Amino acid sequence: MSTDTLTATAATEPPREKLTKKAITADHPTWCPGCGDFAVLACYYKVLEKRQIEHEKIVTLAGIGCSSRFPYFVNGHGAHFIHGRAVPLASGISLARPDLHVFLFGGDGDGFSIGGNHLDHGARKNINMTYVIMDNFVYGLTKKQTSPTSPIGFKSKTDPQGAIDQPVNAMKKLVASGATFVARTHASQVNHMIQMIERAMDHPGFSVIECLSECVEFFPGAFDSANPRKGGAFSVIEEKKYDNTPEDEFRHDVTDELAAYKLAQIPFPGVFGVFYQNDRPTKNALEKKWVDSTREKLGNPSDISVLQKTFDRMK
Amino acid sequence: MNPTPSLPETNFVPGSPERADLRPESIDDAVIRLAGNSQDGIQSAGAFLARLAGRSDQDVMTYMTIPATISGGPSIFQVRIGSGEVLSAGDEADFLVAFYQHSYQDHIGFLREGGVLLYDSDNVDPNLDDKRFVYVGVPITGLTVEALGGTAKDKGKNIFVLGLISKIFHLDVEKMKKLITEKFAGKDESIVNTALMAFQAGYAYPVGNVLSKQYQFEHVVKKPGAPDQITMDGNQALAYGLIAAGVRYGAGYPITPWSSVMETLRRELPKYGGLFVQAEDELAAVSITLGFSYSGHLAVTGSAGPGISLKTEAIGWASMAEIPMLIINVQRGGPSTGLPTNVEQSDLFQAIYGGHGDSPRVVLAAKTVEDCFYIAVEAARIARQYSTPVFILSDTSLATRIEAFDEPKLADLMLDPKPDLSTIDTHKPYALDKITHHAPPGTRIRDGKYPLISGLEHDEFGHPTGSPKMHMAMTAKRRNKLRQLAEELPVPEIYGAEEGDTLLIGWGSTYGPIHDAVKRAREYNEKIGAIHLRHLHPLPNGLEDIFARFQRVVVVEMNDEGVYGFGQLATILRARYCEPKIESLTKTDGLTFRVREILEGIFHRKFPRLVAANGARPNGNGASSKTTDVPSTATATARAEAKVSPARDHAGDSTPTRPETYEAAIPSKSQDSTA
Ligand SMILES: Cc1ncc(C[n+]2csc(CCOP(=O)(O)OP(=O)(O)O)c2C)c(N)n1
Ligand code: SF4
Ligand SMILES: [Mg+2]
Repeated sequence: MSTDTLTATAATEPPREKLTKKAITADHPTWCPGCGDFAVLACYYKVLEKRQIEHEKIVTLAGIGCSSRFPYFVNGHGAHFIHGRAVPLASGISLARPDLHVFLFGGDGDGFSIGGNHLDHGARKNINMTYVIMDNFVYGLTKKQTSPTSPIGFKSKTDPQGAIDQPVNAMKKLVASGATFVARTHASQVNHMIQMIERAMDHPGFSVIECLSECVEFFPGAFDSANPRKGGAFSVIEEKKYDNTPEDEFRHDVTDELAAYKLAQIPFPGVFGVFYQNDRPTKNALEKKWVDSTREKLGNPSDISVLQKTFDRMK
Repeated sequence: MNPTPSLPETNFVPGSPERADLRPESIDDAVIRLAGNSQDGIQSAGAFLARLAGRSDQDVMTYMTIPATISGGPSIFQVRIGSGEVLSAGDEADFLVAFYQHSYQDHIGFLREGGVLLYDSDNVDPNLDDKRFVYVGVPITGLTVEALGGTAKDKGKNIFVLGLISKIFHLDVEKMKKLITEKFAGKDESIVNTALMAFQAGYAYPVGNVLSKQYQFEHVVKKPGAPDQITMDGNQALAYGLIAAGVRYGAGYPITPWSSVMETLRRELPKYGGLFVQAEDELAAVSITLGFSYSGHLAVTGSAGPGISLKTEAIGWASMAEIPMLIINVQRGGPSTGLPTNVEQSDLFQAIYGGHGDSPRVVLAAKTVEDCFYIAVEAARIARQYSTPVFILSDTSLATRIEAFDEPKLADLMLDPKPDLSTIDTHKPYALDKITHHAPPGTRIRDGKYPLISGLEHDEFGHPTGSPKMHMAMTAKRRNKLRQLAEELPVPEIYGAEEGDTLLIGWGSTYGPIHDAVKRAREYNEKIGAIHLRHLHPLPNGLEDIFARFQRVVVVEMNDEGVYGFGQLATILRARYCEPKIESLTKTDGLTFRVREILEGIFHRKFPRLVAANGARPNGNGASSKTTDVPSTATATARAEAKVSPARDHAGDSTPTRPETYEAAIPSKSQDSTA
């Protein structure tokens, strides 16, 4: 099963043309002009192009929301699923098809609210995928309701007096639930975002990036305070270099969970970069180990002989 | 505790030696009910009997109740063994084994007149003045403790009883010991020895002193070349059917009575290089399953009603996105948590229509344990061929009962489940002129246009469209493939009379009792036949021709008659065929249909000795009420009273109890004299 037995056709094919942005571009995005999500899409194209990841090596998935429209704009295998359940959909694909790189895009409502339970469990189980949460602190598609990341006081159609509920601290939640790669970036900081996406996809396990992505329609200016072009400050986490310098002492150890919480504690707009990374084995690897050892113990039998043996025991 | 055999109560001359020359009476059918607490292992004793019968090429069917409480509780296991065709688990027991006083009290009503009560005289004090039964008291607890020594306490009573039964029924002791040894193989050797000791003690008990008669099943001569029999329950049959069908992936969340399907698949699939995962909830389970299926591996999820409700949104997506997927619903009593350990067929509407929008899906229902295996194979074939979600309906009764059936011919059945990822030139996932077949991710497409699988209404490439014309065309595309499937479905065969007065229609686990009812009614010269629907959505073509050949058409099902007086399948058939002669016989007591209930429900007081109605009665047009002398309102009232079943008084015990208002209808087995 899985990859080793999948039909490999590449060998007989003529050499492939270089993968261009054009080849991975599909429908023109339906987002509002100026929406932060455009930048995320552009960075995704960039990474695929830079890494020359062929169409049959990836799958692009999403739930429901403005941001979740993402797969329609990518020419590649992909699916637009239901609200909040893209993590389990991606989990099925990831577990059955180790040959694919599973990318997942969605919003703050999709990820932290209706899909919050799946986010926790995908993280805890450390299922291999790269998940970008395009956080605009608001429900965009349904036109300005309070989201789980809306700041207290945010006036929305469901909180005309201003939001009163404590927002989710995305970094804390992700670290606490066991995600093994947790990072934060900003849609206006394209180079930083590309770096984060590349590091996330290179990390084996449940990799999540929270990308602050402005909804110009319903929460304009939400992230100006972290955008140098709008007079804000984009503070990047300095990671340990292990260079034996005295400065290194004060740099961030990405494997230090408590240090990650401390960074997550910094008031909005906070800091950006990798908060936490850990090499815990993935569910993919653990399940595979079980499957392989089970089959090995049985002498890698044919399917029919396994079932026949089972029936023999039931006689 | 009494270590010496107690004096037998009846049929016994004190001091007589065991009669070695006793000639066993030859029988071809026996219903043995073991009644105790679930922690006594009566299920495993019953399962040994069932498996032995299967090994001896006898027909066997079992019936059990599961206590809803965790620590166990009153529970039964009923085995019906026959040398001929066994269709249902039996209305009455020929032989009742009672471990406790409550077992005796709750189940003596199920023992037929002249039947044998075998009871643990350490715990049970029966009313010996009731001369209808044969009493055999054996100090089961004491003798088990004595045989096994103190440490085992009374664990092993079940195996001791198995020894007794083996003696009484002249079962093949060597085969039985082999089964016991196999069952405990791999465990500590002392466990095997203890079990064999308990068996031996039971077998050696001089039961001939107390029971003047012994029995022997007619030997079934296996035809040369006939397949061996395998013995399993319905949930196992579903799981192994899926495996035979090449289903290698799935996800689920535990719920009674579905859990053992997922447990079996979780354990077994790795042997085939596949994987079944336990999800955090039902929403995740169905979504993971869709991920597996989308990635090219047809996958399965399942649950009971409450979990299916949670999966519903994603099933709508599967219908819209045209993803093949299998959804098993092992139905229990609903709504909500309902009767978690009882049987009901009240999720048919949910399976066919559950969800928002027009979301066509296929719905199949298994009729027997054996059919659980084949329906899984068929469901997988349909899902792949029509790229559609397919429901498989089972229920508590199929899930928990054990049957022996002919070993399936695996060489003809086993499928190679590998996804086809060969490079293709071009691909339109939702071509309007074809049935959708997806190119799974990983497929290279030479023209460079890649498919998007979408829950939004889409065009032929999967891209969103709001075009009214496209929504109409795609809605029709999704619906028409079910029409196409209906064309290839076989017209159901009629059991019994090919034409005549009454046609019974059933679906799911009621197959046995309905067919037994037809058999019995024909003994009364009724012109009666039955069809059993395995394909519930779409329905096979040609049913109207069958209806036309009968005066009455009665749909028999275990659900409520609803506001308008018709059960769920009856409602669908009436809507589909606009046929006013379709009547409905329903019941909601959470128990499987008894043959008598069906006969009484259809024929009312037509037969002598059929007295009052209990939980089942037909509804229909005016014509049906002409066949009965009871005005329908009166029957309805009687039914309402009958709804309170004494069985419900035990917390969580769903053990069936003979309804008070019922009397024996059919002379072939019971000669009840009390009215
Ligand atoms: C089950 C379900 N509930 C509600 C909706 C309506 N809905 C669509 S998108 C959305 C919220 C989207 O917010 P977010 O995930 O933050 O995405 P954004 O549009 O902001 O990118 C909601 C509530 C739905 N599609 N499905
Ligand atoms: S509504 Fe907001 S999130 Fe949605 S596309 Fe427009 S700007 Fe982007
Ligand atoms: Mg949002």
